[in-house]
Amino acid sequence: MDSPTVTQRDQLMVEMKVAEIYHLFASLPHHAQTLMLELQRDNHVEYLTKGLKQLGPNYAVLDANRPWLCYWILHSIALLGDFIDCNLENDAVDFLNRCQDANGGYAGGPAQLPHLATTYAAVNSLITLGGEKALSSINREKMHGFLLRMKDPSGGFRMHDAGEMDVRACYTAISVASVLDILDYDLVQNVGNYILSCQTYEGGIAGEPGSEAHGGYTFCGLATMILINEVERLDLPSLLEWVVFRQGVECGFQGRINKLVDGCYSFWQGGVCALMQRLHSVVVGQLHAKEQRTVENTDSLQTPNSSDAEKVPGASSTDGGGMPITDSVLKLSDIGFSFIKEQIELDPLFQSIALQQYILLCSQVQDGGFRDKPGKQRDHYHTCYCLSGLSVSQHCWSKNVDCSPLPKAIFGPYSNLLERTHPLFNIVLDRYHEAHDFFSGQ
Amino acid sequence: MDSDEDERVPLSERPEWADVKPIPQDDGPNPVVPIAYKDEFRETMDYFRAVYASDERSPRSLGLTAEAIKLNPGNYTVWHFRRLVLEELGTDLHDELDFVNSIAKSNSKNYQIWHHRRWVAERIGIEAASLELEFTKEIFSLDAKNYHAWSHRQWVLQALGGWENELDYCDELLEEDIFNNSAWNQRYFVVTRSPLLGGLEAVREAEVKYAVKAILSNPGNESPWRYLRGLYKGDTHALAHDPEVSSVCLEVLKEKKNFVFALSLLLDLLCYGLQPNEEFSNAVEALRPSNSGPPEVNLKETICSVLETLDPIRSNYWIWRKNNLRPSSEV
Repeated sequence: MDSPTVTQRDQLMVEMKVAEIYHLFASLPHHAQTLMLELQRDNHVEYLTKGLKQLGPNYAVLDANRPWLCYWILHSIALLGDFIDCNLENDAVDFLNRCQDANGGYAGGPAQLPHLATTYAAVNSLITLGGEKALSSINREKMHGFLLRMKDPSGGFRMHDAGEMDVRACYTAISVASVLDILDYDLVQNVGNYILSCQTYEGGIAGEPGSEAHGGYTFCGLATMILINEVERLDLPSLLEWVVFRQGVECGFQGRINKLVDGCYSFWQGGVCALMQRLHSVVVGQLHAKEQRTVENTDSLQTPNSSDAEKVPGASSTDGGGMPITDSVLKLSDIGFSFIKEQIELDPLFQSIALQQYILLCSQVQDGGFRDKPGKQRDHYHTCYCLSGLSVSQHCWSKNVDCSPLPKAIFGPYSNLLERTHPLFNIVLDRYHEAHDFFSGQ
Repeated sequence: MDSDEDERVPLSERPEWADVKPIPQDDGPNPVVPIAYKDEFRETMDYFRAVYASDERSPRSLGLTAEAIKLNPGNYTVWHFRRLVLEELGTDLHDELDFVNSIAKSNSKNYQIWHHRRWVAERIGIEAASLELEFTKEIFSLDAKNYHAWSHRQWVLQALGGWENELDYCDELLEEDIFNNSAWNQRYFVVTRSPLLGGLEAVREAEVKYAVKAILSNPGNESPWRYLRGLYKGDTHALAHDPEVSSVCLEVLKEKKNFVFALSLLLDLLCYGLQPNEEFSNAVEALRPSNSGPPEVNLKETICSVLETLDPIRSNYWIWRKNNLRPSSEV
């Protein structure tokens, strides 16, 4: 036998640790199992609220990510169905306003350069806080100007003035514009072409053209394509197969092929699965079109057409170049709203109970917070995305957004049930609706 | 003790900074997510805010950005301002690469460092190519799947060149760890984009052989399976009708272990028009668990059923595939 490679060795070690936890769990009496599966709500809220009030000197490396810290914490608390007190809410609105740039957008901290990622985090935080004061503090007119300034002539977005261009930048820009009801064709122009160029031979989406398919970028790319109404241009059957293969024997998701499981992908990959459920007819259409094309090619011996998009029934709103059809009455900012209104046609294609098992038994820290995997430290980022993934996997069997999940959809006690999150923006649904009413009424 | 921290003279005590009035952070009366900054961090950032606000593009500002970056390499505003200062001063950018080296080794997963490095290399031009390829190699010796480093390396190849030995480098990494999907992705990048290889069609035959060999040595390794499919991207007809592809599926199926990827590929080949002979049906039939129900109508359905049972983490997906097989193409 060959000696194991680095990948094999690392993978085996994680599998053993996870198996140990699952064996322990299986050996426990029923009441102890129930206890172990319980979401430690009070401890999580305590850990999160403490972070909102004070962070130690080691957090200085996140000094340019403070709106992110706000979002990770506030969104987690909202998912848990909890609230922070009124004073703390006011303090959060005030602080985020100090991160808002006079010319639009939000920076990583006061007096820093506005940045798309922290803009996304700040806007999502303010919507999660909700209320007139928080929502009206966002300068939407200046925001539109900022987003336009970040747009590269090629179609993609740069993270900040002369900053890096990638799929993350496209998602954060489009998500913010959509949720604030300022999305227009100037912003959308050629974004689809950029995202399309990042879908890899593996099926998932990379950060930049040529790079490796990755869970975070796949979520960002897919959500962006949905929000700009060009999702039919992606090769969705390949994307679907790539994502379902990312769930492994540990029951959680990995971010890339042959990489280790990580709790944060519970949302990035689990979220992709949830989005795919709502794209069912397009996926099936593409699946059949691929087969049809092959059969036609066999008959006529024509050169195969490499573009999947043109053969898709139900037609895209755009031509190959991503230009809008001029007589379209579609209002771009409504897409995120109507996307969740339709009934889900399809059961989830990943194992939602298994994912909840990984999150609760392997990622949950009993004293509060969540972690990447056993052996790692908790942090706010993983807490936010483990909880988001938990919410997605609890709600993915409900056919429409107004239904509560059945007990069998929830792993552990039914009291583990979290608030539902909007799968495109990752904002708790009732907070999203408040903001939607607020901004579309203006 | 000999750390830098102990030798550091506070900025307020350095004569060359006497004329600058530091600007404290405007956090408001009751900030949320407040960080208990150490004195050194707070002071450095107070002086940084001062030179940033007055847009002072001077040698001392350059030195100050270095101090601030060492304390928090994630501060993109500091990096951005540093580039403005470098441009203004016309600094030798080779020295800048050394500076980035000193930061990058312990912060190799930080966006800002790689963006800065790209900016520097772009300005140095073609002579930076070999330096950058060597630098990413060093990073890969510590973490062979570093996402940022791979993006940087791809940018270097496309913008500055240096394709000559890239396929050999991929070989080297894959020989070390055949499960390294980043190296497989790089291989795909090289065979599809290298100006020296003539494109995918020209290399396909050799690459199919390479992938098949890797598959047979580890049929449970997803990377070469995805790579093999990728070699026929957009040409499902050719994929379905290349005997090399269907025979590797068959060979793995006959071994009766680690066959999920083989079955999944065979399913697609059949959807794309492969006419199965009896050998395929027998190999698939042999995998059917003994307790499973009556045989399915066609091979595609049988494959989905086998996968539904033997690949349980994806059973929902395989049921969905079975329910959505195209009716008109049934064998």
